[in-house]
Amino acid sequence: MKPAPFTYHRPETRGEVDALLAELGSEAKILAGGQSLIPILNMRLSSPAHLIDLNHLHDETAGPALDDGHVTVGPLVRQSSVERSELVTERVPLLAETMDFVAHPAIRNRGTVVGSIAHADPAAELPAVLAVLRGEVVARSATGRRTIPAGECFRGPLENSLEDTEWLEEVRWPVAAADQGFAFEEFARRSGDYALCGVAARAERAGDTTTVALGYLGMGDVPVCTELPPLGASAFETDEVEDAVARVVEGQLDPVDDIHATVAFRTHLARRLGATAVRRAAAKADTAGQDS
Amino acid sequence: MTTRMFGQSVKRNEDPRLLTGKGRYVDDIEHSAAQVAFVRSEPAHARIIDIDVSGTLDIDGVLGIYTYEDLEGDFAKPLPLLIPNDGLFAPKTQYALAHEEVCYAGEVIAMVVAKDRYIAEDAASAIRVEYETLPVVADLEEAARPGAPVAHLDMEDNVSGRVSEAKGDVDAAMAAASHVYQWRFSMERAAAMPMEGRGIVAHYDESDQSLLLYDSTQAPTGVRGGLALLFGLDPDRVHVVAPDIGGGFGMKVIQFYPEEVLVPWASRLLGIPVKWTEDRREDFIGSNHERGQAHEVRVGTDDEGRILGMETNFLNDAGAYCSYGLIIPIITAAQMQGPYRIENFRYEFRNLFTNKVPTSPYRGAGRPHAVYVMERVIDKIALELELDVAEVRRRNFIGPNEFPYDVGVTFQDGGPTIYDSGEYERGLDVLLDALDYGNARAEQRKAAEQGRLMGIGIGYYVEGTGIGPYEGAAIKVLADGSVTVALGFSSQGQGHETVFAQIVSDELGVAVDKVKVTSGDTRRIGYGVGTFASRSAVVGGNAVFKAAVQIRKQAAEVAARSLEVAAEDLVFENGQIRVAGAPDLSVGLGQVALISNPLRYAFGEESQEAVLLAQRAYAQSDRPLPDGMRPGLETAEFYSPTSGVFAFGAHAVVIEIDPDTCNLKILRYVVMHDCGAVINPMIVEGQILGGVAQGIGGAFYERLAYDDQGQLQNASFMDFLIPYATEIPTVELHHTETKSPLNPLGIKGVGEAGTIPGPAVIANAVSDALGRPIDSMPISPLDIYAILYKG
Repeated sequence: MKPAPFTYHRPETRGEVDALLAELGSEAKILAGGQSLIPILNMRLSSPAHLIDLNHLHDETAGPALDDGHVTVGPLVRQSSVERSELVTERVPLLAETMDFVAHPAIRNRGTVVGSIAHADPAAELPAVLAVLRGEVVARSATGRRTIPAGECFRGPLENSLEDTEWLEEVRWPVAAADQGFAFEEFARRSGDYALCGVAARAERAGDTTTVALGYLGMGDVPVCTELPPLGASAFETDEVEDAVARVVEGQLDPVDDIHATVAFRTHLARRLGATAVRRAAAKADTAGQDS
Repeated sequence: MTTRMFGQSVKRNEDPRLLTGKGRYVDDIEHSAAQVAFVRSEPAHARIIDIDVSGTLDIDGVLGIYTYEDLEGDFAKPLPLLIPNDGLFAPKTQYALAHEEVCYAGEVIAMVVAKDRYIAEDAASAIRVEYETLPVVADLEEAARPGAPVAHLDMEDNVSGRVSEAKGDVDAAMAAASHVYQWRFSMERAAAMPMEGRGIVAHYDESDQSLLLYDSTQAPTGVRGGLALLFGLDPDRVHVVAPDIGGGFGMKVIQFYPEEVLVPWASRLLGIPVKWTEDRREDFIGSNHERGQAHEVRVGTDDEGRILGMETNFLNDAGAYCSYGLIIPIITAAQMQGPYRIENFRYEFRNLFTNKVPTSPYRGAGRPHAVYVMERVIDKIALELELDVAEVRRRNFIGPNEFPYDVGVTFQDGGPTIYDSGEYERGLDVLLDALDYGNARAEQRKAAEQGRLMGIGIGYYVEGTGIGPYEGAAIKVLADGSVTVALGFSSQGQGHETVFAQIVSDELGVAVDKVKVTSGDTRRIGYGVGTFASRSAVVGGNAVFKAAVQIRKQAAEVAARSLEVAAEDLVFENGQIRVAGAPDLSVGLGQVALISNPLRYAFGEESQEAVLLAQRAYAQSDRPLPDGMRPGLETAEFYSPTSGVFAFGAHAVVIEIDPDTCNLKILRYVVMHDCGAVINPMIVEGQILGGVAQGIGGAFYERLAYDDQGQLQNASFMDFLIPYATEIPTVELHHTETKSPLNPLGIKGVGEAGTIPGPAVIANAVSDALGRPIDSMPISPLDIYAILYKG
C-alpha cells in the first residue's frame, strides 16, 4: 500500500495554488487533511501525477469566522476546530450536531471541512448538511472566484462541479434563523463509520404550519435534498409525518445495494430516520419560535 | 513471609515498553534492507498462461523478480503439511510461488525485490499476468454438492478429508427418545486481523553459512527447524527471532506461509538482508482465515429435555489448501458435547476445498462453531418442550463427581478427550445469580408487553487447553541478582513477561520486575513448540516452575556450602538466601550465581566478595567446582503434559433490538469463567475482555463477504467491521476456580476462552428477542431487518 510516483508541490500562498492548477489542471490533486485522499493514493485507486499540498499555506485561518450572515471556513480549518467552535454551536446548530457523526476524533483532527465538501462523497455527512442548509462554496482559480450554491456543488459520486483549474477556498454555512429547528439522524454499523443512511432536517415554523426540508446522505449519487409539503399541527399527532416522509423516500431517493444494506433496508432506514428527524427538527422549531 | 506473587494482579513488566512506543516489532528492524512486494492472483481459480515482466524493465531500483520457474530443489515443492491425519486423503498445500494453477484470489504468483517498498510496488503493479479463468467454487455447501466445480483441477471432488467417530449407540438412543429433532446450523468464515500483520526480515550470511530470521510468528522454533531443513543448514546456524508481536490469534502459527520461505530465499540469492511487511490488504487475502462450517444435527431427548443421543454431520471450509490438516473440524467434533453428559454421540465431517484463502485455527479454533451448535440445540430443545433454557442446561450437566470424565471422542492431540475437572452447575449458578436471571426474565416480559424486543442468551462452553507435546524454560541468575527466563514460544502481547516472572519470583524470592522474560528467540533456547491452543501458561508455566525449582535447588546447595549450613534451613526472600532463625547469615542470589562460577579474577565489587566466598566454599570441598556441579546458576527444564486440561465458562447477554435501525443493543454482558488456578487476575481479565470483544465482533460485525466468484468484497477496515470500543459493552466478570489436578500449578488455559461463546450467546439472545430461530451466523442489522419486515 504505497502510492504510485507523483510530483509533490508545496505552495505557500493561495495565488501559487491557482498558478499550479492553471498549469497542471486535471493532472493535479489537492491535498488538505488527506483523510480520504491518502488511502485512495496508497491503495492506488487514483494515481495523480501531481499533488498540491495546501498545508503550508501562509496566514490561513485555523477556525470558523462570521461573515455576512454566514459562518465561513477556510481551506485549512480542521473538522475538530469546527466541532469545538462556540460560534458554530450558536449560529449553525445543525453543523454542530452533525460533527459528532463525522468519522472519529483522530480523523477530525486532520480532516478539513472544505476537503470533505470538495471530495463530494454522497455518503458523507457534511455535503448533505450544507445542501439542506442552502449553504454555498467559493471556488477560485487564476482567473477569479465564483460562489456556487450547495445545490449545484455536487455532480456525482466523488465528483464536484469545479473546473480542473479551480479549487475551493471557502465553505459558507448560513446562520440559523430564530424560527428554524434542526435535527440530524443516521445509522452506521459502528460509531463514526459511513452511515448506511443519514438525514439532516431543517424545519421552519410559520404560524401553525411547519415546513421541513430533508437532506439525505448515502441514498443517491449526490446528497438528496427535498422539501416536504407544509405540515399542520395535527400532522405531528398522527402518521402524517411518516406518510409524507415515505412519499419522499419512495419518489426521490435512489439507494443501491451493497454488502452492508439492500435497497429495501436503506429505504426502511430512510423512512424511519427521516420521520424521527422531521419530528425532532419541528419540535425545536416550535421552541425556537416561542423563544423569539 | 513475603506475599505470594502467584495470584496477584501484578502490573505488566512489558507495559512500560509497549505503552511508550518502545516495542520492537519486525518492521522496526533493518530499515536499510531490500523490500519485497508480491504479485497475487486476482482470479480465485485460474491457469497461469503467461507472466509478463517487460513493463518493469525501466523501473530503477528493482533488484529481482521471481516466479515459480526460478525456484529449485525443495523450494519448488509444495510447502509442508504440518499436521497429517489418516482421514486427510488429499493433503494439498500450496507452492511458495504459484505453479501453473492458482486456487484462491491472493495466492502469491511473483515476488519483486527492490530498494524500497515503493519501487517494489511500482514493479509489482507493472507485471501482467495472463490467466485462463476456471470455474470457481466459493460456497462451502456448494463445494459439497455432487457435480460442483472443483477447487483443484486434478481432483474429482472437493473433499480433502473425512473423519467419523461414535460413542454409545446413537441409533438405539434415537429410537428410545421421546422427541427427535433435526436442525441445520451454519457459520461463515472469519479472520483474526491482528493489529500487526505478518512480517519477515531475513539475513542470510553466505560466509558464515547462517540465517537470521526475524519473523512475526507464534512458532519460531518450528520455523527454524523447517528452514534449516529447507536450506540444508545446520540447525545451530539458523536463528529465528519473534520480537514484539502485535497480536497473532492463531493466524501466525502456520509454518510456512509462502513469504516465510521466499524472503530468506531471496536474501540468500541476493546476498543482502531482505524484508517484507504485510499490508492490510495482503492480510485479508494472504493470511489464513477460519470458522466456515455447516452442520446437520439430529438430537433425541426425553420429555424432560435430557439429551439421549446426538449426531452431527458437518462440513468444514478448508479454503484452497490445508497445511494445518484437519485440526479445526477435529476440535469442533471433540468439543461439541461441552459441559453436557451425552452418552450416545456420533459425528462425521468432511473437510472441503473452496477457492478461498486457506483456513487454520483462529482464536477459539473450532470451538466457537461447536459451542454455537450445541447451545442453539439446548435453546431449541427448551423452546420445543416449553422449558426454561437454564433448566435444560442444568438437567444435562456432567456432575462435579464424574471427573475425570471421558467424552468418548478423539482430542486434537490424537489422545482421548478426557475432562480433568469442572463444576459446571456451580458455574451456571454464579452466572445466573450475577445476571439476576429471574428478574431479567420478568423485565423481558414487561418489555414484550410494551412491544419492545428484548432477548436473553446464554452460552456455555468447555475448552480443551494446554496441549503438549512440551515447552521449556531456560533460567539463568545473573550477578546482579536479576533472573533471565528464556522461552521457546513467542508472546503476542498477552503478558508472558509478567506471569512467568511471577512464578519465578515466588520460587526464588526475587521481585517480579527483576525477572526478565524473553520469548521466541531461538538463540536463547532452541527447543519449544509455540504459542497457541491456550497452552502457554499451562505448559510453559509449568516448565518455568520446574526450572525455577531446579535453580532454587542448585542455589541452595551452593549457599549451604558457603554459609556452612544445611540447605533445608535456607529461605529465599528479597533477593537474598537467608538462614532461617539467623537473620544476619545470608548471601545474595546474585552472589550465589558468581560463586557457582568460581573465578580466578574478580570484576567489580560484587565479584570480589564472591571470589572470597568461592575460596571459602573451596575450603569445604576438594576442588573449586565440585564434581557434579556445573558453572553458573542456570538450567533449562521442560514440561510435557499428560493431556489437555479443560477450562470452562458461560456468558449471558441481555439485548434489545431497535425496530427502526434493526440494530441490537447489548444491555448487559455477564461472564463466568474458570481457568483453574489464576496466576494474574488482571491479565486473565484482559484476556477475557479481549476475547468477548472478538466474540461479539464475530457474531454481529465481522463478515468476510466473498462473492460467488471467490472475490473478497470487503478487504479493508472500512468494510470489514471490527467493533470499536464504542460497540463493546461493559462486561461483568465473575470467576470460579476449579484447579486442574494434572499439573503442579493447577493451571488451565484462558487465551481463547472469551471468544468461544460469542456467536452462541448472540444467536440465542436474538432468537429469544425475535421469536425466530437464528441458525446461521454471523447476523447483522440487514438480517434482522429481513426477519422483522420481510417475514
